[in-house]
Amino acid sequence: MKDKIRAILKEHGRLNKDVKDIGDKDDLLAAGLTSHANVNVMLALENEFEIEFPDSMLKRESFESIAAICASIEKVRDGQA
Amino acid sequence: VSGEVVAKPMKMRVGVDLVRVQEIERSLAQFGDRFLRRLFTEGEVAYATAAPGRTAERLAARFAAKEAVKKALGAAADGAPWRHIEVRRGPSGIPEIVLHGPAREAASAAGISEFSISLSHDGDYAIAMVAAACQGDER
Repeated sequence: MKDKIRAILKEHGRLNKDVKDIGDKDDLLAAGLTSHANVNVMLALENEFEIEFPDSMLKRESFESIAAICASIEKVRDGQA
Repeated sequence: VSGEVVAKPMKMRVGVDLVRVQEIERSLAQFGDRFLRRLFTEGEVAYATAAPGRTAERLAARFAAKEAVKKALGAAADGAPWRHIEVRRGPSGIPEIVLHGPAREAASAAGISEFSISLSHDGDYAIAMVAAACQGDER
């Protein structure tokens, strides 16, 4: 799952460094993820994983790192969101 | 003195956000209706699509406005859905902010009852700036 997330971040995140150099827990905002790029990442994740993030998950913390994105996807899949 | 009202100090809060119009065009091309539906109200979409050549710049300015409002509201607005921060055009064509749901609650908790907003775009960029008078000391 993390490889797919990295591929999406590479395509849509407009980050200021190579996704290979971003650790699972690194702050994506610090890596240059803007609010609008974050929207694109969110929509691309929804396409890739065939999910829809509910309004309650549109917080910064849901997408703040690769690990956080993984947890958010799992949460939606498990129906806990 | 009986009946005396002690006014709380007024504070100003501002928020600004800059968006590349081209990026909005890209989002529209890639995600289409889903992009519109998640971010914008029906009224905003109707206004933006009424001028086909200017749709992306109008959406870009509106997205910037939503982010600028979130910045002015601070942490309390984190997680407020974008659709709950709406840009409407007032009777004289001047844009105004209308809040719904959690965004409205966050503003109310911060002592903000009204925003003033200004939008601008030139070529590749759209920008929005909001100002809010806030009664209270919480940030």
